[in-house]
Amino acid sequence: MTDGKAHTRQSVDWWLIGTYLLLVLIGWVNIFAATHTSEPGSLLDWSSRAGKQFVWILTSVGLAAAILYLIPPRLWEAACIPFYAFVVGLLVLVIFVSNDVKGSHSWFDLGPIRFQPAEISKISTSLLLSYVLSQQNFRITRWKNFWTAVFVIVLPMLVIVAESETGSALVYAGFIFVLYREGLSGWWLGGIGLIIVLFISTLTMGPYWAILIFVGFLILCNIANAPPSRRWKRLLTGGGFVLLMGLLPLLHRQLSSLVNARMDWLSARVWVPAMDEDYHYFWSFLPKVNLLYVFLGLCLLALPWLAWRAYKDKDTFLAISLAVFLAGVGLVFSTDYLFENVLQPHQRGRIEVLLGMREDPSGMGYNVNQSKIAIGSGGLVGKGFLQGTQTTFGFVPEQATDFIFCTVGEEWGFLGCLVVIGLYVFLIARLLIDAESCRDKFTRTYGYCVAACIFMHLFINVGMTVGLMPVIGIPLPLLSYGGSSLWAFTILIFIFLSLYRDEKKYF
Amino acid sequence: MSADGRHIRLLIGLGGAALLLLGKIFSLQLLDNQYKEDADRNSTIYETIYPTRGVIYDRNGEILVGNKVAYDILVNPREVQAFDTLSLATVLGVTPEFIRGRLQEYRKRRSTIGSQGVTMLRMVPAETYMRFDEVKYRFPGFRGQVRGIRYYPVNAGGNLLGYVSEVDQDYINRHPGEYRSGDYAGMTGIEAAREADLRGEKGYHIYLRNSRNQIEQPYQNGEQDKEAIPGKNITTTIDAALQQYGQELMHNKVGSVVAIEPSTGEILALVSSPGIDVEQLADIGKHYAEIAQNPYKPMYNRAVQASYPPGSVFKLVNGLIGLQEGVLRPETMYPCSHGYHFGAGHKLGCHGHKSPLNMEESIMMSCNAYYCYVLKNILDNRKYGSVAEGLDAWHEYVESFGFGRKLGSDFPAELSGSIPSSKTYNRAYGRGRWNSTTVISISIGQGEILATPMHLANLCATIANRGHYFIPHIIKASEGIEIEERFYEPQYTKVDPIHFPKLIKGMWRAVNSGPGMGGTAWIAHVDSLDICGKTGTAQNPRGADNSVFICFAPMDKPKIAIAAYVENGGFGAQFAAPIASLMVEKYLKGEVKRTELEERMKKADLMARVKHD
Repeated sequence: MTDGKAHTRQSVDWWLIGTYLLLVLIGWVNIFAATHTSEPGSLLDWSSRAGKQFVWILTSVGLAAAILYLIPPRLWEAACIPFYAFVVGLLVLVIFVSNDVKGSHSWFDLGPIRFQPAEISKISTSLLLSYVLSQQNFRITRWKNFWTAVFVIVLPMLVIVAESETGSALVYAGFIFVLYREGLSGWWLGGIGLIIVLFISTLTMGPYWAILIFVGFLILCNIANAPPSRRWKRLLTGGGFVLLMGLLPLLHRQLSSLVNARMDWLSARVWVPAMDEDYHYFWSFLPKVNLLYVFLGLCLLALPWLAWRAYKDKDTFLAISLAVFLAGVGLVFSTDYLFENVLQPHQRGRIEVLLGMREDPSGMGYNVNQSKIAIGSGGLVGKGFLQGTQTTFGFVPEQATDFIFCTVGEEWGFLGCLVVIGLYVFLIARLLIDAESCRDKFTRTYGYCVAACIFMHLFINVGMTVGLMPVIGIPLPLLSYGGSSLWAFTILIFIFLSLYRDEKKYF
Repeated sequence: MSADGRHIRLLIGLGGAALLLLGKIFSLQLLDNQYKEDADRNSTIYETIYPTRGVIYDRNGEILVGNKVAYDILVNPREVQAFDTLSLATVLGVTPEFIRGRLQEYRKRRSTIGSQGVTMLRMVPAETYMRFDEVKYRFPGFRGQVRGIRYYPVNAGGNLLGYVSEVDQDYINRHPGEYRSGDYAGMTGIEAAREADLRGEKGYHIYLRNSRNQIEQPYQNGEQDKEAIPGKNITTTIDAALQQYGQELMHNKVGSVVAIEPSTGEILALVSSPGIDVEQLADIGKHYAEIAQNPYKPMYNRAVQASYPPGSVFKLVNGLIGLQEGVLRPETMYPCSHGYHFGAGHKLGCHGHKSPLNMEESIMMSCNAYYCYVLKNILDNRKYGSVAEGLDAWHEYVESFGFGRKLGSDFPAELSGSIPSSKTYNRAYGRGRWNSTTVISISIGQGEILATPMHLANLCATIANRGHYFIPHIIKASEGIEIEERFYEPQYTKVDPIHFPKLIKGMWRAVNSGPGMGGTAWIAHVDSLDICGKTGTAQNPRGADNSVFICFAPMDKPKIAIAAYVENGGFGAQFAAPIASLMVEKYLKGEVKRTELEERMKKADLMARVKHD
């Protein structure tokens, strides 16, 4: 260990550290931009958010140094079980001792410092999961092993859901990528991905589009699976059907407005109150048609025929697809039905808040709309540093925390977004590649866990600000204002760096 | 465990997800301009400037519908501070409870109220507003906004003009992107038909606002402000004086008068009685229920929407068809013994007049029997294989006069009336189970023939023009306003123009032969006007006959063609002929000398005779 320093320089991945620092600094600048009108002051004014964030950044750097240079890397693997248990304990405890912050009970309030154990839980879960997966005789294909891994992931998830922090819990779904890397069948990935996509698209886009996407996906799978001789036929019929159904709402809107225009033109309605029985317009039912039922009706008509084909051609894949279709439609409807009919309005409201679909009682979708406006107004190169009107005038809520990406979008434009997302992609890809190059299974799995966490945060957060995802209040890693989150991601990343360096030292 | 390339797949997935996000961002930032506009709207305040609505003139430049100033009182609940409710209520002339109630309601839905505030009171008269203006500094959050409202200098053409009222949600939905709540739009009549011209374009002042939603300064020194563009003025073909006179004559009668300038197709007057008073139009909201509940349906524009049997007026059409088909010659004589006898003891009755008579006299004296012969000859013409074919040929002729279809005027909600064809009777009697005597009543404009007063006026104009008409219309081309090309194109009937003068002679004699000579419309005679007319008396299953008259004048170079239809008015000469001829006199001479007749017509009240639902 005499030449430890040289080893450090060689074996620490400086690319990762550089990307980390860049993102943190970008976050700091944007936090300043997002808050500079409501909290005037310089970047280093300690009372402002930007100033506070600077303190968090400094302490994070200290933490990072400590992890790299002070804490022995093997400690993480050795201590992961008690650490995990301790954090789960904290997660449960916080439910009872915390104050209500926007309906959730997830913050410890320790005087000047507040922190969310859910943030640390990502670290402890990653560590324990890596530990479990890296055991000598662990095989994910074995049911017992599989359920152990699932248990490690799901336990903190459930507690976090109980804290009313559903958004944070969703991040844990990302661990499935780790399981996939370690041998989980791709079907699981596809299946769970499909359920999530269906669930979210039902709530954000409505059942029609949700089912259409679903059907499109199934048709695509069937085309891919079909023998080459049949592919064109399937592409033509299936693709045609999806295209037609996709155009149907547009067509319907056009026709309805035509019908309406005709009714309008026959203003006889106003002119002759008593005589308009003649004009019980034949087409007037048109605007009232529920397209969802038209669509489903067509699907159901095709079902028996497809089922017969599946039977005749012994096409198991098609048969499975049909079953999956029925299950999917069931899921969409139960989501929709549960949401619209069974739940009382106040319950529905609570779930909407839980899911983040409604944070501001003044109007569902207010946040997303404002956020889309802010990003959309940025254009190619943005309005320039501190020139944003949307993010600085306070139209975007949570502009320094969950919606920090709006400031990037508004002031730096598409190029800014490209740079930031590019940095994230580089960070995640670098993590994956580094992890893949490790011979130690624990380090490798842990690297995957870190990458999965960052990816989930990135996708959910940015997806939310641009309206691809429902509003789920989770921070953008390293960029969002807040010590809890910054510390957690710093620790998460630097534990990997520490393990990675360790591995490079000995192998 | 081997990686079997799974990390590659995960990397590809990562790239895909990043592309998805970037694609969405790309479309938000570079493809969709909506968000840029929304962003401007977010940080700026648009104060709407409402345009003045176009003025509607009559053909002589007299204002039918103008504008006057009124004010809306707006309130922005976010800016309201504690104030003296009572004194504000006194100034505005409302109760304090009203103001309290409104504010309470606004507070409840304040998140939906934009920075412009909501309208608390509408159409406050100028005097009230002046009082408010003096003290408004005491009531922050309240402000006034100028709105033009309609005013009507003459009581002419309430039904024609139509009313303007605030748009409702349904209306906004039917015109996506054009209206916002609080806007006004024409709902009926010309106001509706010419809404696009009349409404003008809204303008706006733009102000910058800060994060606390307070107005700071004009945005870019007002360079981006947009002035409101006033609505275009509309000139109608209506003669206000004639229209008003017609309404006075038709007062307390149910029916309609339509006057057309034959050489252009311009509608000079279009009276539907009972109609809507312009006073009611100005404040339609208050009167709507009353109008809608009136059993005589004043909203219902009888001139273009009521289908009536035309009665003897229709003999003119049959005569012309007979001449064109060659089955009738002007000198053909037919007998009439108090009617036309057919079958076993059947008779279509007629009144006492000389017999036999020729075509000219048949028009003058309105002989029923004569036209039974004419129709029979048309339908039973050997040229056609059957009565059915004959009838369809007849139908085609009749349609060429504009009957049985919409004339295509620029007037909304015109109805087509109906003219029977062989299908009509095949349906009623069965194929081959009817003949020319079965349908004999169409010879005198009864039976299955239905036409609107507009059709009759158009027939009159066609005869006045000796064979063609121009599609009746109510909007004149004027500066910035164009009318469709079709209104300038003469529409020819299928009857040769050479046949028309023969009939016109009969129409002239009907009016100008003097009393006792057998002319049915001598009461319509006016010295030196050469009025040519034809009376009609149409059976009305709901009581007394309808009185019908069409006429044009002068005989050469006619300036006006008019049709009057008075429900339950009795003979054509009893009401329709006097009313129509008085209007002709008024229009051509400027004053009416037959004051006694005029008084009698104005005072007559037929409402008791009219049955309604």
